[in-house]
Amino acid sequence: MKEKLHQLKLKYQGKKMAPAFNAIHTFLYSPNETTHSGSHIRAVDDLKRTMNTVIMALVPCLLFGIFNAGYQHYSAINGFPENFSVLEHFITWDNFWIGAITVLPLVIVSYGVGLAIEFVFAVIKGHEVEEGYLVTGMLVPLIVPVDTPLWMLAVAVAFGVVIGKEVFGGTGMNILNPALTIRAFLFFAYPTWMSGDKVWVHEAVERAGTADAISGETILGYLAQGNTADMTEKYDIAEMFFGFIPGSVGETSTFLILLGGLFLIFTKIASWRIMVSAVIGSLVMGLIFNGIVDAEWIPEYSKFYGLMQFDFWQHLIVGGLAFGIVYMATDPVTGSQTYKGKWIYGFLIGFLSVMIRVFNPGYPEGVFLAILLMNVFAPTIDHYVVQGNVRRRMKRLKNATILPKPSDGKTEQLKVETV
Amino acid sequence: MALLSKKDTNLILDPLADNNPITIQVLGICSALAITAELQASVVMAISVIFVMGVGNVVISLLRNVIPSKIRIIVQLVVVATLVIMVDQVLKAFAYELSKTLGAFVGLIITNCIIMGRFEAFALGNGPWRSFLDGIGNALGYGVILVIVGFFRELLGTGTLFGIPVLGDPIAKTGLYSIGYENNGFMIIPPAALIVVGILIWIQRSRNKALIEEA
Repeated sequence: MKEKLHQLKLKYQGKKMAPAFNAIHTFLYSPNETTHSGSHIRAVDDLKRTMNTVIMALVPCLLFGIFNAGYQHYSAINGFPENFSVLEHFITWDNFWIGAITVLPLVIVSYGVGLAIEFVFAVIKGHEVEEGYLVTGMLVPLIVPVDTPLWMLAVAVAFGVVIGKEVFGGTGMNILNPALTIRAFLFFAYPTWMSGDKVWVHEAVERAGTADAISGETILGYLAQGNTADMTEKYDIAEMFFGFIPGSVGETSTFLILLGGLFLIFTKIASWRIMVSAVIGSLVMGLIFNGIVDAEWIPEYSKFYGLMQFDFWQHLIVGGLAFGIVYMATDPVTGSQTYKGKWIYGFLIGFLSVMIRVFNPGYPEGVFLAILLMNVFAPTIDHYVVQGNVRRRMKRLKNATILPKPSDGKTEQLKVETV
Repeated sequence: MALLSKKDTNLILDPLADNNPITIQVLGICSALAITAELQASVVMAISVIFVMGVGNVVISLLRNVIPSKIRIIVQLVVVATLVIMVDQVLKAFAYELSKTLGAFVGLIITNCIIMGRFEAFALGNGPWRSFLDGIGNALGYGVILVIVGFFRELLGTGTLFGIPVLGDPIAKTGLYSIGYENNGFMIIPPAALIVVGILIWIQRSRNKALIEEA
């Protein structure tokens, strides 16, 4: 099989469809090409391996999302179960079935449309199909509401891949994270399907206004409406942490995201600096808001009060903040590249996310907007970090006293140069 | 019969495609982004600019030998301001609703870079007839883009053309809306115009590679 594919590849080299063929070929086997000049390191951690690692980290979230879709659906109809037990009420065939028929089509559409566009562009431009869409295609279904109409998703994916990525030159050249571009497009194009208290639970939209109406607002939505009543009446901390709450498909379970994040840090795929600094940033902003509430600078009837008095650390376990920090902010292409830049970039993502959450009147979630904004600023941050470094070293060079050396040995010279 | 010589024809046709003021020279973007959410506004804006540019270019061309070059910008501004005020008053008198939609952007035709650009680059150095053709040509080039952008933005954003529903009724769920189609709210906001103009630029440059600037 492997040999035959290699022969086929040689046969069709230079043909129009060659990139499409090669994409499938290298997906199955590592290519047999060798380099001809210079020294090279042969390593297996290529783009495809990187992408697959991220996907592995996402699979638990996807599975959880499937069960949660069913769980939220039945709980909204029958009421939340007393004495909740995971095996009895969560991992059931009923839940899985509802989840499968709602979530899997999202995955299929996301991959189908996105990869089709990637293939078309590869064939037109005559370059290899890049693997960048593998992760995007998995992220997209996880960050949209469960009942997103499939055609909307298809339109958004087409927009995100073409305008967010291909116009800049494809994978590795994009300024904005494509998955978030898709999410932002959906949000601005079809706001009624992307926000509010009806879209987060399967069939809640159809039932709205009828006798069977079910409620499924997210915790942030609940707070944004000025409900300052203790959240524990509705959901307790453990439920928020483990993710048995309404929300976009795959972003509810902070626990699994945490595991995925640790996995990505352990495999050195994602930057721990961005994750840590983003967490710090969001905590700082949350503390500032808590401080404002404690200092009684803001009256209780203010529409920001509900979200401002929300405990600072709980921002991390509701909504898409954790998901965004772990899987989106750490995108190596759109994020900052320098170590110092990563700290600044991550910090501002966390900081702005919580700020937008509180101040955005229409939609109490700001992670995707914060990350997109910082994507735009990432090159600027890097530029100034690099410039700062250059300036510091220039200064050091100027101040360095070059001692008269007894012997003009090469080692001495090197020492001076590397001060 | 040659109503226009080949050179004169090019004065009109060039700005329509390969020397388009918006997609090639990237001038006049401001109004192209602001008023193209509706096709009607785009058309009215295009007609206004055609009038202002056509007449303005002729006036400047006639005056070109008596304008001291030190104060030519002021003279140009006076001419264009006069014409714009005429357009504005006509709109207010006969199409009040529309003039409210266009708002300040009719007045801002004065600052449209295309107009000042053509006065400076063409009318000051050419006779009235050719200046007239050049003005009409450039304004048409501007108008064509406005109408294309307006067409897509109104069709996708509100499902209407010239205010007439063409895709069905979104509230009663008829036509396309009965199968789940929805208007794209993104198309109504100005950033969408930027993206539509960008796509037009992209299409034009990929059809004619000679237009691609050196990086």
